Amino acid sequence: MPGQEKPLTKNIRPDGTAPDLKAYERAGGYDAARKALKLDPPKVTDLVKQSNLRGRGGAGFPTGMKWSFVPVGKDAPHPKYLAANADEMEPGTFKDRLLMEGDPHLLIESMIIASHAIEADVAYIFLRGEYTLSAERLESALAEAYRAGYLGQNIFKSGKNLEMYLHLSAGRYMCGEETGLLNALEGKRANPRAKPPFPQTSGLWGKPTIVQNVETLCNVPGIVANGADWFKSLSYTADGGTKLYGASGKVKRPGLWELPMGTTAREILEEHAGGMRDGLKFRGLLPGGASTDFLVEEHLDVRMDFTEVQKAGSRMGTGTMIVLDDQNCPVGMVANLTHFFAQESCGWCTPCWSGLSWASQMLDALEAGKGKPEFLDYLAHETKFWSPGNTFCALAPGAAEPLQSALKYFRADFERHITEKRCPWS
Amino acid sequence: MSAGDRMLTPEEQKEIEAEMAHYPLKQSVCIDALKIVQRHRGWISDETLQEIAQFLQMSPDQLDSVATFYNLIFRQPVGRHVVFYCDSVSCWLLGCNRLRDNLSERLGVRPGQTTADGKFTLLPIVCLGACDHAPVMMVDSELHRDVTPQTVGAILEKYT
Repeated sequence: MPGQEKPLTKNIRPDGTAPDLKAYERAGGYDAARKALKLDPPKVTDLVKQSNLRGRGGAGFPTGMKWSFVPVGKDAPHPKYLAANADEMEPGTFKDRLLMEGDPHLLIESMIIASHAIEADVAYIFLRGEYTLSAERLESALAEAYRAGYLGQNIFKSGKNLEMYLHLSAGRYMCGEETGLLNALEGKRANPRAKPPFPQTSGLWGKPTIVQNVETLCNVPGIVANGADWFKSLSYTADGGTKLYGASGKVKRPGLWELPMGTTAREILEEHAGGMRDGLKFRGLLPGGASTDFLVEEHLDVRMDFTEVQKAGSRMGTGTMIVLDDQNCPVGMVANLTHFFAQESCGWCTPCWSGLSWASQMLDALEAGKGKPEFLDYLAHETKFWSPGNTFCALAPGAAEPLQSALKYFRADFERHITEKRCPWS
Repeated sequence: MSAGDRMLTPEEQKEIEAEMAHYPLKQSVCIDALKIVQRHRGWISDETLQEIAQFLQMSPDQLDSVATFYNLIFRQPVGRHVVFYCDSVSCWLLGCNRLRDNLSERLGVRPGQTTADGKFTLLPIVCLGACDHAPVMMVDSELHRDVTPQTVGAILEKYT
């Protein structure tokens, strides 16, 4: 039944310490890896497919399907690679940090299983450089796993080999984009790559590679241990499993909660985050990081999963909501977001390097009371150029989402900046 | 002395070589190399860039295209400590502009500048992934959460 089990956070301790290998194994850790290594690799992929696990990094792509694109068997090219995407840089997102700081062996076990499924020889944890506590905990967990014979040669005496390394990045949003991450790991600028070829057949150094978000991976041991039906039973909706939902902004109790997939935005906001701080009114929220469309009051009963949030005109994204209150300016908020995207753009394609900085300047002018009525149509028109298909990656399409939806839901606030020639909140 | 005469220290070389074992190509280690050398020298000067490039058999320009890409690689000198205030959306909602102004006033510098005594450089940084504790700042690699005008002074005093 949904709500009974919390497979992602069951080992997370309230005191902020992390279980070492011994404690992790006492709680059943690495049993799933042992079980998986005895299965044929395609069987593991099939199991993940049946579970309906979808990518928690924001895009929601079916995980098992992604793995099934990797060539396996005796004719497959080697070495093959797995990269855990731990470059958590989507503004408003802080969920993978909890998993890596609080239960580092869960990620390692997950990566052992995923590596087995795609027959990867080398696995990297691509971690953002600012997550120093995660780095410390993962390094120490990796050393423990190597000493125990769970990594390296003949892992778990299975006859298989797997090397696993931690790569610490140096801070750039683009590195979290799937193909940007590949370039970054190869030691190049993290520009995105043209697809095809897709990473599943030609990724790191031209070899088959899977890039997978940390939270997505951490669901895999539970699926292997308990089966696809168990995983589906954790969720309120067709998208299986639990989800780490979060809330930031001026709510009473900002935080993270592992809840059944498909929990409503209202339950997260009102019950778990405690609602708005006293004296403040709710204006809207970005459901899953900076690059998702605003949802407003009328959408609060939407179930937070990949399908339902999309029906409401947004995306679940990372599932960590950013909440706007009535004492913060929606134009200022969107100006802040657009500035972020303009700054972090790699400059590879025109809609992004040209369009984002232009829109950012226009929003700053609006916020400063120097906007003209035609700006609003310019901006709405501009966001169309940032749509998927016009760019190599999802950065500009993501930047369009908060802006286009703010123009829709907060139009009167934009207009007040123009008529009053100032920010009404300043 | 020409660039060819200068060398990375044996310690720097050893640390870079340890990372090299993780990648099939030498050049793939370049971001690690930049971080390692920056840890020893504080920042990446043009001369340092040439030394690393030579060690990795890259052209300095190729390496610079990587060095300039990252927020945490400094191609200009910085102070003994770098104070990063998060200026992304959750911290903005919780008043990061006031934190920026407070830091600016206490340190007597604008963002991007270093204090006259060479102690602190003040820089903005993108979301630090601690949004439930906004506003946040990071000094060097240490995160400080739920920063208020009352606590910011004591945080800075910790660094000498």
